Amino acid sequence: MTTKSEIGKNHSFRKKRNLWSGILFGMGLAAFLDEVIFHQLLRWHHFYDMSTTSMGLISDGLFHAFSWFATIGGLFILADLRRRNAFWLKRWLGAVLLGAGGFQLYDGTIHHKLMKIHQIRYVDNIVIYDLIWNLSAVLMILTGFIIMRFKSGAKDGADERH
Amino acid sequence: MGRMSATNHIIHIDGAHSSVGVGMIPQLLLALPFGIVLVLYIFAVIRSNRYYKPWPMYRTAFWILGVLFAILAVSDPLATSAHVNFTAHMVGHLFLGMLSPLLMALAAPIKLILRTLSIPLARRLSRLLKSWPSRMVTNPIVASFLNIGGLWLLYTTNLYSLMHDSILVYLIVHIHVFIAGYLFTVSIIYIDPRPHRLSFWYRSIVLVLALAFHGILSKYLYAHPPIGVPAEQAESGAMLMYYGGDAIDIVLIFILCLHWFRATRPRVEFAVEQ
Repeated sequence: MTTKSEIGKNHSFRKKRNLWSGILFGMGLAAFLDEVIFHQLLRWHHFYDMSTTSMGLISDGLFHAFSWFATIGGLFILADLRRRNAFWLKRWLGAVLLGAGGFQLYDGTIHHKLMKIHQIRYVDNIVIYDLIWNLSAVLMILTGFIIMRFKSGAKDGADERH
Repeated sequence: MGRMSATNHIIHIDGAHSSVGVGMIPQLLLALPFGIVLVLYIFAVIRSNRYYKPWPMYRTAFWILGVLFAILAVSDPLATSAHVNFTAHMVGHLFLGMLSPLLMALAAPIKLILRTLSIPLARRLSRLLKSWPSRMVTNPIVASFLNIGGLWLLYTTNLYSLMHDSILVYLIVHIHVFIAGYLFTVSIIYIDPRPHRLSFWYRSIVLVLALAFHGILSKYLYAHPPIGVPAEQAESGAMLMYYGGDAIDIVLIFILCLHWFRATRPRVEFAVEQ
């Protein structure tokens, strides 16, 4: 007894859920890698920069808390999609890149430059670092879109699970 | 002249701390209630096990651990070093305000009390839990203000140095830190039976905001130490607050998401949605 509209609703539900799960997880992953690689391992980023604006402090706090939640929440939504047989790998991977790139671009422009939370690295030719940082973010976003655009072989994407 | 007297004041406080520390009486006053609830919990487990199916061992283990971390935080050696060292103070704060409340909430004490009490008494207790004051203090927004707002008050006003001069303030602050931490935990994750359940969305948003302001306060303290705290201690204490808080918050987020995952379990495929 599945009418056409129900299938349609189910399909758009899947599209949306896979997109959000990926975006959330991607954002969380980018924030986590930023913390581990640039704060802890390389020690390029500083915990606190005396030039940070108070808006920067608030934005950083909100993004940090949200990214913790997004990593775990995104994975739980993924588990939910799997138990509903609704996981859609390409769409999800594309969305991960979208989320990660979006976070990195926001971090690289608004956080680092506008709000001066901290710089990528405390060196003279910071412009090169900024350029690579933000270009790679744009590249991630574009790749994400391209992956999501790939026509999946299955009509409904139902056989996308591996 | 003003600056001189301020410096003298700090030296005076530091001197007083290192020689006196926290007396036996306040330590006992803070640790004793935890000892009492430990005994009561174990008594309730033994008693109610006679009539109901055995109370899960892991819940008892959570309660014992929670009590131990709380006692560890309020008694020596940590209590005295917390008095002179901000980083040690932060270790105590993480134990008393975050870890211990989380462990004790996971032990489901209300559930245990309800099955131990006689039916009329249990009814009276559940009526009490349904009352508006109980509903108010376990509202996530109110509990967040009590918890995170209390911390802002403690560290950004002279309350922190006042706490080291007055035993009464010391007691009130520590009791508040634990109770606010417990109320916050039970307002976000529902382990015990709860009359007024709020949606996952509501609790998730409040949780993220509360975590954010905890993180913002830690970074703020890194640059603006509380009165009487040397910069070095403020920096390491602030980083401990930031990352230690994150570590405990992961558990809170995980449990909240797990409850969502269980609650949204699909029933029948293509069930009629309305």
